[in-house]
Amino acid sequence: FFRKVKVYGQPNLFAKSVEFTQLAAEYKAVNLGQGFPDFSPPQFITEAFCKAVSGGPPMHQYTRAFGHPALVQSLAKFFSRIVGHDIDPFEDILVTVGAYQALFCAFQALIDEGDEVIIVEPFFDCYQPMVVMAGGKAVYVPLRPKEGTAVLSSGDWVLSAEELASKITPHTKAIVINTPNNPLGKVYKREELQMIADLCIKHDLLCFSDEVYEWLTYDGAKHVKIASLPGMWERTVTIGSGGKTFSATGWKVGWAMGSGHILKYMKTIHQNSIYHCATAAQEAVAQGFEREHELFGTPQSYFQQLPAMLHHRREKLASSLKGVGLQPIMPEGGYFMITDISSIAVDFKDSDTKDENYDFRFVKWLIKEKGLATIPVSAFYSPEHSKEFDKYIRFCFVKENSTLDAAEEILKKWSQNESSH
Amino acid sequence: MSFALQCLRCSWLTRGSAAITCRRRSFSTSQRLMMSRHTHAKRIQGLDKNVWVAFTSLAADPSVVNLGQGFPDIPPPSYVKEALAKAVSVDRMNQYTRGFGHPPLVKALSQVYGHVYGRPIDPFKEVLVTVGGYGSLFSTMQGLVEEGDEVIIIEPFFDCYVPMVRMAGAKPVFIPLRLKSGKKSITSADWYLDPDELSSKFTSKTKAIIINTPNNPIGKILTRDELQMIADLCIKHDTLCFSDEVYEWLIYRGQQHVKIATLPGMWERTITIGSAGKTFSVTGWKLGWSIGPQHLIRHLQTVMQNTLYTCPTPLQEAVAQGLMLNMELIGQPECYFTSLAEELEGKRDRMAAIVQEAGMTPVIPEGGYFMLVDVSALNQDLSDMKTDDDDDEAYDYKFVKWMIKKKKLAAIPVTAFVSDQSTKDFEKYIRLCFIKQDSTLDAAGAILKNWCQTNTTSN
Repeated sequence: FFRKVKVYGQPNLFAKSVEFTQLAAEYKAVNLGQGFPDFSPPQFITEAFCKAVSGGPPMHQYTRAFGHPALVQSLAKFFSRIVGHDIDPFEDILVTVGAYQALFCAFQALIDEGDEVIIVEPFFDCYQPMVVMAGGKAVYVPLRPKEGTAVLSSGDWVLSAEELASKITPHTKAIVINTPNNPLGKVYKREELQMIADLCIKHDLLCFSDEVYEWLTYDGAKHVKIASLPGMWERTVTIGSGGKTFSATGWKVGWAMGSGHILKYMKTIHQNSIYHCATAAQEAVAQGFEREHELFGTPQSYFQQLPAMLHHRREKLASSLKGVGLQPIMPEGGYFMITDISSIAVDFKDSDTKDENYDFRFVKWLIKEKGLATIPVSAFYSPEHSKEFDKYIRFCFVKENSTLDAAEEILKKWSQNESSH
Repeated sequence: MSFALQCLRCSWLTRGSAAITCRRRSFSTSQRLMMSRHTHAKRIQGLDKNVWVAFTSLAADPSVVNLGQGFPDIPPPSYVKEALAKAVSVDRMNQYTRGFGHPPLVKALSQVYGHVYGRPIDPFKEVLVTVGGYGSLFSTMQGLVEEGDEVIIIEPFFDCYVPMVRMAGAKPVFIPLRLKSGKKSITSADWYLDPDELSSKFTSKTKAIIINTPNNPIGKILTRDELQMIADLCIKHDTLCFSDEVYEWLIYRGQQHVKIATLPGMWERTITIGSAGKTFSVTGWKLGWSIGPQHLIRHLQTVMQNTLYTCPTPLQEAVAQGLMLNMELIGQPECYFTSLAEELEGKRDRMAAIVQEAGMTPVIPEGGYFMLVDVSALNQDLSDMKTDDDDDEAYDYKFVKWMIKKKKLAAIPVTAFVSDQSTKDFEKYIRLCFIKQDSTLDAAGAILKNWCQTNTTSN
């Protein structure tokens, strides 16, 4: 009956993570699985929201469909100097219900039946069903750990230029990149983006660049916008998130930025699907960007403070994991850290899950037996590659210290149990 | 597609948008060749035009009295604003909530509508929270309508139904509401659906019929008999029914809103759409919901999971509180579900009176917050309005543009809500929105009074 829906109707990672969340709640697990902060957004942003709420009646009624004027103007002002291009607030920006909806608009507007879309793995898993829903075909190319060196950082996972080039066919319409990457935490270097850009220009491809974690880089890693490379502005859709920027994921304010001649198609999708986004939330995010514009580069900037705070949380989690013999891959950016679990031998005893990937079984076991919730990394891979990468689990470290302390306790107890056998 | 053709399409686009970008750029040959590859997907072909983008910018001039776009300029009830401010101060309320609907909200909806429907509604399986009623319509079309399907749409219709049906690869099939013969239209009840005509529209390809009650723009409330007629056809042909009931609480004295999903055999084939924006006068919150049987709602949920995943948390929390508060007050004068309609009835009647004074003929709506106004008796001379649009632009479009420019009063042309074949029947009407402060209605009244006088002196 509903053929089309059946095709993309398989539960995606979020749905699976709901299953894990339910399991985590059932077992009262310390939850480092879910990808959102358990601390509050900064006071200035919640105050901005309250101020918007108590503003006049217009704050509670429809605003401009493609983006509240105050927001698109502050985004244009803020990002023009970063991208190195004069961004037109009304032509080059579309505000969406979270970055998720921006991705949806990009795929629906620009991908057609038979188009191929290259997705770099591991990938935020909504990309694949969105490609399918648009009638396209997903083609995967994985980041791989460098051979011959110890793989200690997300920077040690690289894309092969030859492998990427080999995936391009006359049907290829676009490539999707995510930097900083979820789940790996890789921050693509300029040279790596240049390699991708060269291929985009050579083969006239579009680039969808998911940059929701753009402010969260560590160890001096620099976030580079592929749209700022020569020849890329006119073919790139850059996606951002107010939720990730201001630690308020529940506000669902996102945006797409790019050349008006591409954005206009996304506007058509938007105007025929959602049409308007909530006014007050947009006003608050606009005020947030105004504040950050004033404080850019200074120690009071939230874009300095948040990564500085998370840097320490990241270190704390990594040392807890190393303390029990696990091998975390230090992320250069983002919310997440993946850890190699192959050094741990586990007897799952659970025959129900024996057909699932190893990391899925491990994650469920970890929730039930140890009370610690994480996400299996093979969920971020295509079916054809998931078995190659099923020895990793993903932790979210954007949590209160108390949460990370609780996780550390669990890990300590676990390693004590192991060493006493 | 050639670049030239792309640019031609640009010029069709609504004002103030990509058209300007298109003309302003200069391109090198290689860029021209390259950009020709960046074609849009076929699904959006012809869907870029939209009456709102055109008229919203024209009416944005602060000196224009705006009775066009359908949103209140009256404040929402203070307790919903307070609930929202309070929600934002709770840490957890600023992070992702359940994708298909924040638990407190779906539970509140299940309670309120369980009461209204007279049946238990499962909050997790039979409810989906969406980005406005608009988002529910989209999730419904994408989830349940396929390439090659036909979808019956009653004219006049909220204009997004058509592009949404098309985007799903389906074909809209129109049936107009018709004016009872011999009647100078006085109320929205004078418009009816011809049973034989309706029956003839159902084919083996018909997937669904969309109904909107109370109707935007006419304000008609489908009677139980009319709904039964539609239900009989749905059951006979095994089609679905998408019932857009966003104005369900705005029912005027003597009228009754009936939910088609409550008729026998209809719950299992109906998606009913509601709106927090219309319920609490907060259109800018963009929250709505779909209610229906699990076997249909699950497809809408799949769409949701692959389009925007979840709606904003603090807004859902606040709407949940507003619903629970009013649930307690049902039957009492303070209940917003009924008090808003009472407030609006006075405004409706006032609007009708001032419009009549100017020589126009109102269609008194039984529900909703719009009023159709027949401007044909004015025989208004629009010739001093030089437009660069086609000469065959419908009369109401020309009239409204003229009225905005010359009279500083904004409305919406009604042919935006009908198919081409029905344009001739509706182009003498404009749509006014009356959910406005008294001062706005006063200002409109002054313009309309003046109009009459100006016309007399200049003729």
